[in-house]
Order: sequence, then structure tokens, then C-alpha cells
Amino acid sequence: MADVILKKIYVKVWRQNNVRAKGRFETYEVENISQGSSFLEMLDILNDKLIREGKDPIAFDHDCREGICGTCSLYVNGRAHGPDRDITTCQLHMRKFNEGETITIEPWRAGAFPVIKDLMVDRTAFEKIQQAGGFVSVNTGGVPDGNAIPIGYEDAEEAMDAAACIGCGACVATCKNSSAMLFVAAKVSQLAKLPQGKVEGKRRAKAMVAKMDELGFGGCTNTGACELECPKGISISHIARLNREYLKAKFSD
Amino acid sequence: MSKIDNKIPAVPLAEKWSKHKESIKVVSPANKRKLDVIVVGTGLAGASAAASLAELGYNVHAFCYQDSPRRAHSISAQGGINAAKNYQNDNDSVFRLFFDTIKGGDYRSREANVYRLAEVSPNIIDQCVAQGVPFAREYGGTLANRSFGGVLVSRTFYARGQTGQQLLLGAYGALNRQVAKGSVKMYTRHEMLDVVIVDGKARGIIARDMVNGEVKRFGAHAVVVATGGYGNVFFLSTNAMGCNGSAVWQCYKKGAWFANPCFVQIHPTCIPVHGDQQSKLTLMSESLRNDGRVWVPKKKEDAEKLQKGEISPNDIPDEARDFYLERRYPSYGNLVPRDVASRAAKERCDAGFGVNNTGKAVYLDFKYSIERLGKDVIEARYGNLFQMYEKITDVDPYKEPMMIYPAIHYTMGGLWVDYNLMTNIPGLYAIGEANFSDHGANRLGASALMQGLADGYFVLPYTIGDYLANEIMTPKIDTSIPEFEEAEKSVTGRLEKLFNIKGTEPVDHFHKELGHIMWDYVGMSRNAEGLKTAVEKMKKLKKEFWANVLVPGEMSNVNPELEKAGRVADFIDIGILMAQDALDRKESCGGHFREESVTDEGEAKRDDEDFTYASCWEYKGEDAEPVLNKEDLEFENVALTQRSYK
Repeated sequence: MADVILKKIYVKVWRQNNVRAKGRFETYEVENISQGSSFLEMLDILNDKLIREGKDPIAFDHDCREGICGTCSLYVNGRAHGPDRDITTCQLHMRKFNEGETITIEPWRAGAFPVIKDLMVDRTAFEKIQQAGGFVSVNTGGVPDGNAIPIGYEDAEEAMDAAACIGCGACVATCKNSSAMLFVAAKVSQLAKLPQGKVEGKRRAKAMVAKMDELGFGGCTNTGACELECPKGISISHIARLNREYLKAKFSD
Repeated sequence: MSKIDNKIPAVPLAEKWSKHKESIKVVSPANKRKLDVIVVGTGLAGASAAASLAELGYNVHAFCYQDSPRRAHSISAQGGINAAKNYQNDNDSVFRLFFDTIKGGDYRSREANVYRLAEVSPNIIDQCVAQGVPFAREYGGTLANRSFGGVLVSRTFYARGQTGQQLLLGAYGALNRQVAKGSVKMYTRHEMLDVVIVDGKARGIIARDMVNGEVKRFGAHAVVVATGGYGNVFFLSTNAMGCNGSAVWQCYKKGAWFANPCFVQIHPTCIPVHGDQQSKLTLMSESLRNDGRVWVPKKKEDAEKLQKGEISPNDIPDEARDFYLERRYPSYGNLVPRDVASRAAKERCDAGFGVNNTGKAVYLDFKYSIERLGKDVIEARYGNLFQMYEKITDVDPYKEPMMIYPAIHYTMGGLWVDYNLMTNIPGLYAIGEANFSDHGANRLGASALMQGLADGYFVLPYTIGDYLANEIMTPKIDTSIPEFEEAEKSVTGRLEKLFNIKGTEPVDHFHKELGHIMWDYVGMSRNAEGLKTAVEKMKKLKKEFWANVLVPGEMSNVNPELEKAGRVADFIDIGILMAQDALDRKESCGGHFREESVTDEGEAKRDDEDFTYASCWEYKGEDAEPVLNKEDLEFENVALTQRSYK
């Protein structure tokens, strides 16, 4: 793990003081960054410099820094989570960038995700979609033994593929329509593959899709961009299953 | 000193929980509607508690600092969750899980709490399956299990390497269902900054809205703290960046005891530190030790060549590899508990056999299991972990062994609670990692998830009724009373003070310095002299912090630096208490290793004569030394022996 040092890079960042303020790009120089450092560690170093210069540091969302909490949300050089496959921004490393490069960083851009400050956006809309039906309606206690209902290996694996969604919003940010179909599909498909979820399958598909539409996410035109940029590689075949679940529910109305 | 009343019923171990449930009070559905409960933190413990309490009919107000409850750090747990299901027919039982946990915790946890944990563990699996958690399955459709460190049976349930994520999303779903019904009011991007005590009872909290900076009052008939551990006191840890000890610390400053603060878990399998720009450490799941073999070179020359990058680990033949865990602990081998594995790695590295350019790493090699089982099987079991490793290090672990090193991971210490999970402040509860009760001096792998969900789904919803049954005549808590006003004023005053220091060093400067002191003197190996030095250094650091910290931005806007400043101020205080506790405990036990207390073979040596107690620290004011109360730990069902995994 030999560390190559990037002597100087330029970072062009979206700055916006709050949801009502007008935003703008600003460019900063960052020096002596190890290529072994993560992208967010580079931003930490830039912020340290800004604070010492008496300037306002750049606000960005991040937490676990290991690719699972779904908090980080940067659009780097025109791609959600930056120039690498199957990762979140916090897993992006500086070895993906070159000496002297200008790196452009934007927040997620979607009508349903308003900017809170700089690179932080408000993803409450995702919460509301999940609250509309992204669960199995069981109370704590009084449930059968875990092995009472056998679930085939393949079904469990496919449900897990969908359940891997981290709710980051890269799919929405990437989609030219700002559609949340992959996000909704991940939950609907996970629960549709399991006997526990099938009971309320129809209600769930209709409620979650209706909430998504109500909150201003766009429609799906099958470009597949979401799948390409999803940090967990969630397949658009789950969107196909969502469509099937939705149609089944509508026809039985 | 009077004996501490931990409310453990005086009946045989296996009957304690059922007898206790029979004896505690229950609140009627009509009265539950009139009672408010605040739950702070929405990880496994908090989310499961908030959902379960709301299902029962209480009005729940839940808080998290993240933008969604789903992002709490429980989500990062990888390997699995233990339960005494005995699905494998390998002679597992409630007693065996209880015994393993007590032994793994090096006999410093409470028998009654641990037994209850083991007793409710099968229900957790059933509950999660019912919620649609996609646990790994066998081809016949039954649930799959794997093994973890410190045990001889397979009782760990898992969902690939994302078990914490799937369990949390299950609890998050249950919570969302209650939010939609209106029985939980969810406050995201809110940070608890104080607990409000009225007439000796917890009656609410003060929280800051992290978007607009507003400091607000929230009243309730009971307050539940589920805010996790304080591992970030070390700066570098596997915790998320936002994890902090401030909620727990504010409770402590209001009179709640802080128990066993020095008990910290150092996880043996983390990706090594790469340089001084690093912000956090990444864990590689313990489950990897099922199929990976840990080794360093036998010859120092080989280690030196590896450190310089002159040779690759694959150049070293089997006979020149020292599988030191298998050598030292033949019966448990690579699956010894975490504290034992961490110390063994440190011992080899300190002796000069470590690898990586720093000499501070050992190998975790999958070559042997790939030869035995095939790459496909290993990929199915650990694919996402291997991918994570490669993204961070740029090394393909299918071809070259992983490099790992111990890192701070979990805190067994926390707020003291009785058998009802209530602190010594009436109406103030602590659950999950935030309390101290179940893991003693060392937590076994896959037991954190078990404890969080046990507390939230199956313990607190029963025990809180015993307290709230006496509160049914208490009207809605009025937050305009002087106690709330004073608490709010003190919170605002502290924020203004931090903001107005306008020194020259950003918060991280102090946090890193604190981390160095803690790692050097209060880390994997501790001694009296070092601990005293640490206390002095931290007291000095505290003065510098309050004189010279630089908080930029605005008070009434998003301001992560202001948030961090408050947390680091508390971390310094927590660090001092940890060192004081470590100084008091002159024995080695679990994760707490005192160099003065070792066996002839160099293993940790407990002193049951003098230290079979939980240390309960009581705050006595800003400038006064805290007072140590001791809860004697009574072992009626297991014999105290020196742990051996040989």
C-alpha cells in the first residue's frame, strides 16, 4: 500500500447557504493528498484549511464511512458517488484522481430532494415512501417459529439482493426523470419474494407508488441509469417485479 | 455503603425473568394512550423499543441525529446475531449461550441479565423472520447458521455480511408503520443535548434541531436513552463519524451512574491504518475467522522484507508461516474471543513480526479455504466484505491475504441500569450499547445485535410498565416549568460558549490529540503510570480545548463543527473517567489488560478476590472527583475460573 501523494488538485464545489439562498460553484485548491486517502478524507482536509482561513467549511452528509449507512450523497465529476462502480462516495479513494485534476462536486439534484446546505440534501421524501407501506404489518411477539415457513434458497437470495438497498438516493440523482422506481422496487420486490410479505403485497405496491408520485418523483422510462450507478448493484429486474405487483394490484381493484 | 439494589428477583436463575414479569405492574390500554415516552437513538435498540412501545399504545417521540432512523450505526454490523435455537442439533441451549456470554465477558457481567438475554434470543429470530428479514437459508428452506469467536456451536444467524443492516431495516419498518399510524412522532436531524429532571424523575430532554439550530424542549413521562457507545473517544474507531457519548454523558452529569467505563472492545480484524490523513477504521467481520487463517512470518527477516515491499506474502511457504492463534490456542484456534485475538496480534507486531509498511498488521489468509471449498463458496459467504476490502486497499483478497490489525469497536461500559433497564434516576432508561449490563469485560461476536433487539423488543416494553403504572395520574409534562427553562438555558449557554471561543485550532485537532492519548495509554495495554499520565494529559487538553477551539459558521444554521465541538468536549471528560476507572481496576479482565496482572504464560489474569464488581461512577460536580460505588457481582450458577481457550 505505497502512498502516492497528489501535490495539488482543484475542487469545484456547489455552495448554497440554505434552501432559499442562491447557490454558486466555488473552486478551492487542495494540496498533498495521499492517494490512499478516501474522497471524504480529502474533503475533511479541505474543510480544516477553510476553517483555519476563517471561511465556512463545506457541509456534506456522511456517517459510517464504510458504504452501508447510505448517508453520503455526492455527485462527483458528473456521476453519483463518483468515478467507480459499486461503491458509495465514502468508499471512493483518491487513487481514482490525477495530479492537477479539477474535481466537480454537486449535491443530489432532484426536485424531491431540496438542498439543505451546500452538498446536503433533504431526503425526507424517502422516509414518507417507506412509511406508506415498506414493512410487514406484524406487532412484536406472537409470531411463529423462524423455521415454521421454509423459504427456498433462491428466493431468500433474491430477496436479499433487493434488500441490500441503502436508501442513498443515487438512483434518483442519476435518473433524468428523477424517478424513485429503483428505491421503491427494492422494498416491494424484497417483500414480494417472501411469504411474510405476500399477504399485503397489493396494498404495499399501490401505496408506495402513489406516495412516490405524490412527492414529485418522475416516472420510469427504463434507461437503466439507476442500476448502473446504484452502489449496491440493485438490478432493474426488481422494477419489472414492482410493475408486475402494481398491475396485479390494480387489476384486482 | 448500602448494597446497590439491582432489582434482581431472589429466585433460581431460570425462573427469574418469568417470576419478575409476573410481579411487575401493567398499564391498561386506556392509560397507555395518556403516557408519553421519549426514545433517543434509533439503532436496533431504539427503533425496536420505539416501535414496540407504540404498538402497545404509548405515545412515542423518537429522536436521531441522522436524516433517517435507518442510518443508525447498527446498520454497519456485518457478521450476525446469536440465538439459542439449537437448529443445528449441536447441543446448544439457553444455558450454553448464557455460559458462553458470561465466560466470554470474563465474569464481569450480571448472571441474571445475561440469562434473560439468552432466554429471549430465540424470539428475536422469530420476530425478524416475521418482519421479512432475508436471513441466509439452506436449500431445504430452513435458516442457516455459522460459528463465531469464543463458542463451540453454530448459533449465529446472518444475512450475508449485512446482518445489522437487515435487522435494522426490519426494526425501521416496524417503526415506520407506527409513524404512519401517528403513534410515533419521529424527529430526525435532532440531537439530544440534555436530560431534564423534575423532582428526581426524568421528565424530558433538550434537543437541538441540526438544520436550523433551534434548541427545543420535549417532555415525557419516561426517557429512554439508546444512543450507543462512546468508542469515538479514541478518534479512530470502527464507529460512524457521528457516534458519540454525549447523551449518556449528560445523563451522568445529571446523576445517572456510569458503569465500567474502561471496558472497551478492541476488534482484531480491521483494515490497518494507512497514514495520518485517516478519519476512521473499517471493520472486517469476525465471521471471516471461520474460513481465514491468521498468520505472520516465522522469521523476522521475512517480516522486514514484507514491510519494505520486497516480497509478497504468497512467496512465503507454509512452513515459514506462524499461525500463532492455532499455535497458542489449539482448541479454539482462529476463533478465540476478540480480546484474546487482538492481544495476540499486538504481541506479534510488538515483537517485530508484523507486516505492512508500518509493521502493524497481520495476515488473514483465505488461500486454504479457497483450496478446500472453492472460490464460489467463499464469494457467496463473504463477497461484499472482499469487495469492501479491495475498494479500500486496492488489493484483491482472493489472491493475496488480507492485512488486518486491531481497532476500537465497541464499548461494554455504559449507563448503570437495574434489572428493569432503568438507571438510578427514576424514569430514565438505557438500552443497547448505551447500558453496561450484559457483556461484562468483553462482548462476544454477534451478541451486540442480540442485546439491542432483546432490550428493545422483549425487555423494555415489559419493564417500563412497572414504572409508568405509577405515572398514570401524571398529566402531560409541562415544558414551561423552571426545570426545562434552566436546562434549555444551560444548553444554549454552552453552545454559545463553544462558538465564542474563536481560538485557532479546529475541533478535529483536539479530537485527534485525545485519540492519541487514549490509544497510547488507555488502549490495548494499560499500566498505572501510563493511566496517571493519561489523566494529566487529558486534563491539560481539556483546558486547551476550552481556551482555543475554533468553531466556524453560524449558530442558527447547519453547523457540523458546532455539533462536533460539543461531542469532543464530552469525549475528553469521558476519556478522563475511563482512565480513572482503568486505574482503579488493578486486574486484567476481558478487554481491560493491566500489565501488572498477567499469568506466567502472559495471559490476562483476573483478580476475583478484589474486583468482582461493576464500578458505578457517580458525578459530583465539574471540579470534584467522581465517587466510585460498587455493585458486587454474584455468581451462583457458574464457577469463576481463569478463562482458557487453549
